[in-house]
Amino acid sequence: MSTIGYSNWAVDLKDVAAIYPFQGWEWAMVVAAFIFWIVWHLVQLWQEGREYKEDRTHHYNPANVKSSIERY
Amino acid sequence: MLEIAFTKGETKGETKPMGNNLDALTTIFTEFYYWVTVVLMFLIHVGFCMYEVGTSRRRNHLHTLMKNTMLMPLISITFFLFGWWIYTAFINGPGITGPLNSEAAAASLPWSQTMGPNMQDHITGVFWAAFLLFSWTTASIVSGAIIERMRSGAFWIIAVLVGSVLWILDASWGWHPNGWMVKVLGYHDAYASGVVHAIAGGAALAVLFVLGPRIGKFAPDGTPREIPPQNPWLVTIGIFLIYTGFWGFYAACNIPIISPESIGGQLTGETWTATTIYFTPTSLGAITVNFILALTGGMMAVYIISKGDAFWTYSGGLAGIIAASAGNDLYHPMQALFIGAIVPCIAYKMHYLVERWFKIDDAVGAVAVHGYSGFLGVVVAGFVLWGAPSSPFEGYAVITPLGNTIGAVIMFALGFFPVLVVASILDGVGLLRVPREVELLGLDYKTQAAYEHAVEDVKQAETATA
Repeated sequence: MSTIGYSNWAVDLKDVAAIYPFQGWEWAMVVAAFIFWIVWHLVQLWQEGREYKEDRTHHYNPANVKSSIERY
Repeated sequence: MLEIAFTKGETKGETKPMGNNLDALTTIFTEFYYWVTVVLMFLIHVGFCMYEVGTSRRRNHLHTLMKNTMLMPLISITFFLFGWWIYTAFINGPGITGPLNSEAAAASLPWSQTMGPNMQDHITGVFWAAFLLFSWTTASIVSGAIIERMRSGAFWIIAVLVGSVLWILDASWGWHPNGWMVKVLGYHDAYASGVVHAIAGGAALAVLFVLGPRIGKFAPDGTPREIPPQNPWLVTIGIFLIYTGFWGFYAACNIPIISPESIGGQLTGETWTATTIYFTPTSLGAITVNFILALTGGMMAVYIISKGDAFWTYSGGLAGIIAASAGNDLYHPMQALFIGAIVPCIAYKMHYLVERWFKIDDAVGAVAVHGYSGFLGVVVAGFVLWGAPSSPFEGYAVITPLGNTIGAVIMFALGFFPVLVVASILDGVGLLRVPREVELLGLDYKTQAAYEHAVEDVKQAETATA
């Protein structure tokens, strides 16, 4: 039993094609990757919005702005 | 194993079994060749990051860095999921020279067995990676223009659109041996003046239109102000690294060695050659000389026109290469020199005209260096290479000024209009631009405050134990 379909290399390579594990499950892996990508954007946008809201409400004042600008 | 798996197109470069050791050696050489180009092209991205960070002000450094850096994984995952498939699937438009090329493109689907380790296909992986690095570059060009005021989340959505959809769609049309633009228009753009640079410039201009300038960029009477780079040295090293990575970019645009039989076109005899992506003959030596002389022309001319401005002289070199890229497979080195000299001067003038007329704040001159230079480079190639074959295959249109000009417009517009729509939607829902207060505080404010607090904390702890 082997996840890649071969349990030894006593083969002629001209007869060998895919050698990665869990062949036949490509669809499921691709769907998982697609969900991972979309969810990543959603979480990032939420985190970014929360961070900017905090900056505006807790840190924005003339003194902080002046020191930030002077750093160039 | 397979000999070559370049295009999976209609007729040529098709996969075929390796029958002997020469075929095996050719495959392994090709595999290694593209792998080296990928490593070299990585330097383009290092350069872009350094360039952008050097241009941004201290209070925005980390945001600027991460904005550019994270486009790499985001485009990588999406280019695997659908970008690579687009390249082969859309060669006919679809609907212009044929239907969706779905049968040939099936091998490029993310669940195809050739997308993973596969002893019957050594080339697809490195070829995919080379195209991916072009994708990163295309999106990264947009990244520099919009620094210090665009939300990262919005940029990354547009980066995916540009890097994994738009540019690869135009590559399918005009940078594929069977692309409809090559067949019908005789479109010729060997080293991607339009395919990568014009489309990226168009996309950058669209975002800038919607995004608006940085606070303080324009005086109340509309006069533009210079916003000097915080670290000019980092900027120059960044462009040097982009130059370095550009060698890999050029090499990756070639097919390093192929026989006339494998091409399957009008070429006769048994002389193996390097070719462009269109399977038209060229040599690595020829494009190396042209690369250097286009760079030379750009640097010399823009040094004069900008009165020795370092930022623009470096950018002029880059613009020179981009301007000559469309025809650098065939140009004489002196042609590359003068095209590389003249076009960047026009782009330089256009940068300031557009800045004044439309209040466009392009922080790094990306639209000029990539967009205008790439666009004009494609148009010029149509004139200089007028009547030359665009392809080794019978029935394809020859290169003409009209064909390449239409092609240049398609490239720029394909970047501009879709991005204009998406940027407007993002702006409409308040996701495009950082709030004014945050822009003034600096996009790194929270991170910087945490850093300073941690530094103070550890200093006090160490002092207490002294």
